[in-house]
This record gives sequence, C-alpha cells and structure tokens, in this order.
Amino acid sequence: MATRPERPHYESRIMKHLAEYRDADTARRLAAEIGRIATRPWAIMEVCGGQTHSIIRNGIDQLLPRGSDRGVELIHGPGCPVCVTPLETIDRALAIARRPGTILCSFGDMLRVPGSREDLFAVKAAGGDVRVVYSPLDAVKLARRHPEREVVFLAIGFETTAPANAMAVKVAAEQGLRNFSMLVSHVLVPPAIAAIMQAAGNRVQAFLAAGHVCSVMGTWQYPPLAREWRVPIVVTGFEPLDLLEGIRRAVVQLEAGRHEVENAYPRAVTERGNEAAQQVIAEVFTPVDRAWRGIGVIPASGWRLADAYAAYDAEQRFDLGGITAVESPLCRSGEVLRGMLKPDQCPAFGRECTPRTPLGATMVSSEGACAAYYNFRQARDSAHV
Amino acid sequence: MSDGPASACPLPLRDYAHVVLGHGAGGALSRDLIEGIFLPAFSNEWLDQRGDSAVLDSTGLSSGTALDIARHLGNAGRLAVSTDSYVVRPLVFPGGSIGDLAVHGTVNDLAMSGARPLVLTAGFILEEGLAIAALATIVERMARAAREAGVVIVAGDTKVVERGHGDGLYINTAGIGVVPPEVRLGNEPVRPGDVVLVSGTIGDHGLAIMSVREGLEFDAPIASDTAPLHGLVSTMLAACPGIRLLRDPTRGGVAASLNEIAALASVGIEIDEDAVPVRPAVAAACEILGLDPLLVANEGKLLAIVPAAAADAVLAAMRAHPRGRDAVALGRIVAAHTQLVVMRTAIGGTRVIPLPLGEQLPRIC
Repeated sequence: MATRPERPHYESRIMKHLAEYRDADTARRLAAEIGRIATRPWAIMEVCGGQTHSIIRNGIDQLLPRGSDRGVELIHGPGCPVCVTPLETIDRALAIARRPGTILCSFGDMLRVPGSREDLFAVKAAGGDVRVVYSPLDAVKLARRHPEREVVFLAIGFETTAPANAMAVKVAAEQGLRNFSMLVSHVLVPPAIAAIMQAAGNRVQAFLAAGHVCSVMGTWQYPPLAREWRVPIVVTGFEPLDLLEGIRRAVVQLEAGRHEVENAYPRAVTERGNEAAQQVIAEVFTPVDRAWRGIGVIPASGWRLADAYAAYDAEQRFDLGGITAVESPLCRSGEVLRGMLKPDQCPAFGRECTPRTPLGATMVSSEGACAAYYNFRQARDSAHV
Repeated sequence: MSDGPASACPLPLRDYAHVVLGHGAGGALSRDLIEGIFLPAFSNEWLDQRGDSAVLDSTGLSSGTALDIARHLGNAGRLAVSTDSYVVRPLVFPGGSIGDLAVHGTVNDLAMSGARPLVLTAGFILEEGLAIAALATIVERMARAAREAGVVIVAGDTKVVERGHGDGLYINTAGIGVVPPEVRLGNEPVRPGDVVLVSGTIGDHGLAIMSVREGLEFDAPIASDTAPLHGLVSTMLAACPGIRLLRDPTRGGVAASLNEIAALASVGIEIDEDAVPVRPAVAAACEILGLDPLLVANEGKLLAIVPAAAADAVLAAMRAHPRGRDAVALGRIVAAHTQLVVMRTAIGGTRVIPLPLGEQLPRIC
C-alpha cells in the first residue's frame, strides 16, 4: 500500500476549533461583563433558529442578568425555517407525497411537522415514498436514477440553504431532467426584521442577526434597517462565546444609545458576503410575498423559482392550487414570536397545544419558545411538588 | 395528561393510525405502543417491571410454570429471560455486523439483570435474493460472537420472505441466563444521592452506522462499540453487590434510558455536560449531521445507578475491565424535578433532556 500523506485529523481539528468558542471561563467572564454594562432592562431578539438552539442547549439565557430593573431578556425570533413554514405548504407537500410514483425529498426535521391532519411520517407509513436527504443535490441524483418517477424536493429555509437549492435546480436544468421539481418556501431575514419592528406593541430593542445567513448575503442589507428603526443589529455566530459576544455588543450599543450594524462573526461574515452564491440565487429565484406560520403574510419576504425555471416549480407541475389551510384560531404564536406574550399566558398552552400536539410554530420545534417553556415549566413545577 | 384533542387541533401525534418508524426508536412513541397495546394484553408481574430482561424469581409468583422453574432452580439462582430483534442496514459495518449485534444485544439485556447468559435461540428471516455468501459471513461472525461471549445457540429457525419484503436479513434472538443467588441487583430502589455511571464513550454505534449510510469519511473511521457486557457487570457486582440498577442505552441513547429510569423510579436525574464522554470523531460527526450524541444508540455501553458510598469502588472496578476503561460518573439522582433529566451545561446553565419522541432527525439549522 502506498504511504498516505501526513495530514492532521479532520475530526480533532473540527472539535478543537469549536472548543475555542465554548470555553466556560471566558463565557462566564463575558456574562459577568454584560451584567456590569446593563443598567436597564433590555429585550434582544436572536433571529435565527440555530442561535435559539444553541442558547437553549447551553443554557446561555440563564447566565444573563435577570431582574426587572437591569436584566437582559432574549426573545426567540421567527428564524426556524421548519417552524415558520406555513401550514399550506406542509399540506401541499403531504399531497405530493401521497401521489403514487412520486418521491418526496426533504430535510430531516420537516418530517414531523404536522400539517392540517397528519405529518410526512404518517404519509410514509401509509405507503408514500418520503426520503430524508442532506443535500438537494441528492434529490437531483435520485431523479436521474429514477427517470420513471417524479422527484420533488421540499425547498425550505432562509438565505443559508438557498444557494444549494438554486444550484440543484441549475444542475437539473443542465442535465435536462424532466422529472425533478421543487416545492419552494424560502423565507428572508431582513423583511422579517422590518415586520417585527412595525408590529404594534413591539418590545424588541436590538437584533442578533443570523451569522450563516450573512455569510451568504453579507451585511450590506442591514444598515438601512438599523437606521430606519433605530435598532442595533449585531451579526452573531452560534457557539456560546459568539452569542455572548453578540449580546455584549448589542447591550453596549443600547446603553450608548447607538443603532449600528456590527459584525461580531468576522471569521465567517464579510460585508459583501458570498457573491457567487448571491448570483446563483438571483438567477434562479425571484422575490415573492410569503406567509409565515403564526405571523401571516410579510411582503417580499420569500423567494419562488424565477419564471425561467418555472418548469421545475412543483406548484405548477402538480395541481396544488386548491389546497388551502387555516391555522388554528387558538394559536397565538405570532405574539409569542414577537415577545409580546409569554408562552404560558396563551390559553391553549399545555391544554390544546403541547409538544406532541403542537398548534403553532413556537410549539412545533423543540427549541421554539413554547416548547422550551413547556419543558422547563415541567421541571420547575415538579421541583416544587 | 391534559393534552387531549380539540376540534381546532391537528391530529395528535400519538394517535397515528399506522405504525411509523418512530414507534421503533425507543422514545415516547415506543412507550405508547408498549403502554397502549402490549402491556394491557400481556400484563404480568415480570413484564410490568419493564426491565431489559425478566428475572423469574419465586417471590409473588402467580404463574404455575414460572413457579415450577423457580423451584427447580432452588439455590442455584434465578432465571433471567429476554428477547430482541435486529434490523440494521448495512448488515456489516465498521466494528461489527447484524450477527454480532444479535448476540451482544440479548446477552446484554440479560446482563442488565445481573444474569450470567447461558443459551440463546436464533430466528432468521431471510429475503429472497440475499447472497448465500453474505449470510454465511454473518452467521460465522455470529458464531464467533457467541463463543467469545460464552453462550451457546441451542435452537433456531429460518423463514424466507419474497424479494422486497425484508431488508436482506432480520434476526431475532432470545436468551436465558441465571442470576447467581448472591446478586442483590435492584433489591434497593434508586434514591436521591445515588450516582449515575456510564461505562465509556457514547454514540459510537449509531454514528458508525450513520457514517456509512451518509458516506461520511473520517481519517480514523468510527467503529461500532458492539460488545458483550456480562463480564463487566460481574466485576461491578463483585465490587458492589447492591448496585441499584443497570441499563444498556441502545435505541434512544442515554437520553431515553435516563428518562426511563427517572420515570420508573420517580426521581430526578442531573448530569454534567462536561462529564459526558464522546470520542472526537463522534462529536465531529454529530456536529456535521446535526445530531445529539445523548440520543444516539450504543451497543456496548451500560448505565449504572449505584449508592454514593460505593461509587468510587465500582468506578475503579469498571476502569480495570477492558469494557469499562473509559467509565466516568455522569451525574446523580436528585429529589428535585421528579421524572425529569436535567443537564448542567459546560458554561453553567441548565437544560432539560426530554425523552425523544421517535427517531432523531437531522436538523436543517
């Protein structure tokens, strides 16, 4: 056997790199500094579901100063693409998955999101061909391997997943595949920030912008928002130290009365972003008004396939227009998402709506504000029995 | 539970009209099947204890046959019985095969009762078209695993299903072992102050399988930890005959097992994130795939709940055994937050580790 070239272990490099951003002592020092800086109560929204995941997973919110006079409250924003995908899109995906001869491909965590009556797991159990893929290009490969079947990819996500989804459509077009299409429900961060600031009774005073979205799109979209709404926006990463540093910078700005865009995630984000990715997105997608589960329609807050790629649009290929869905009138997740309602102030909380029977976005995801609250409330209640 | 269906509510997930994959994942959906269908039909004093295996002792026996068995054994010990079925793709993976799992899984279920495994039965369900050479390889590995574990396969069965009706090969094994009379495992209930031990790194088996399926390549490939644990258990029982409880955290991982323990014993469990042993390659693969190692299956690890006074002695005994070299204290049993597992995070926060619902799904973000 030929000698293998020496190279450092890939896996130990990954973990060493991550360990630098998870150091407990530095985390506690940063949290203490935030406690020293904050002289008033502040409400900061982390936009991205990945950030919420990290906050809950590491217990970051518990390190922050708490109290009505000078606490820092984190409001978990609408940035989990799984949770904000509208009921209607889920129902359409379910309808496609039920069609004989069709393969529906999706990212894993979409499978358990309930539509009006069931989820993709149930359709799979009843004979539908539903497959989990890690990349939309895997779905394109499936289409090439099964020319006799329709292969549909459920393309959801923020700007982060858009370049790969756009590439998949381009590749399918280059290969002349006629049996591949996408059910697109892409959503965008900047319009959501504007919608939150516009809402009556808004409590959000600063944003942690989603680091991975900005690694694709850059930071150039955010200064107009910061100016218009006089709100600090700090581009923030996902590890504990990234998040604490993002929060620290937001509090420093709030205390000083500034409202600027700051990049606290420079190892991944530049002002211009990934321009090649932006080009592919601009070629394949076009802006569209998009409904967000629990919030409603936000103008120009999503992408659909551009007209040049209409042949790959599952909405056009299959007759789905008749499928509409009405969200539960009991669900008040929109108010929870904006930080205007605490989860347990919702009359449906813990009754009609639980993690196993979720009504809205914030209970669907295990990191949604309502689901997290449900788990912790159980913990707190049983501690006092 | 108050989460009944309401008119405006989507179909409650637990009311699936058909079996979904999650029903087999060892989480809350699996529990639904057990509590909703199997226990009501089969209920008896052994099954209702819901251990990894049943120990047929003569206390409180109502069944004549079992009473006879217990009487026959007399002072020689108590009979332990268990069964498990094995479905895994690929059939051969780094560190093992379905044949190794079929031996180790049932041996370990018996070992968790403190039993010395003696005999196994093996049932094979073969799919039309399976290569005879592949079957022979797996059976050879199974025979070797049985020899190494010191168990004899004393009865078997073979069925063939039509092409497309099986995943190449399924195996069921059942096992019988004897719990030596001096073993007092489980005599005393789990109580606050007890210590939670784990015998080594977690997540190795599940990630070995997933890395193959997803085509992930690492410089040092992740190998399954599949291994028999009864030797380790007997070493531990020699150090502390009064171990409160043993579990092998297979499907659903450490998270599911700890939640089961918390629920059955009606205690709280607190674990320390810093203490959770995970190999760097497994941790890296979990980062890439968006998985939590606490929810990933193990096939050669055990969790032990031991009295605090004996924890150091048991840990030392484990570390002296090849299957427990990386054993650590993971956390403790607490009186607070009954029936919940809470993790103290590395940076000083806490989070609840819930019972997984069904299969763990890769996260999109």
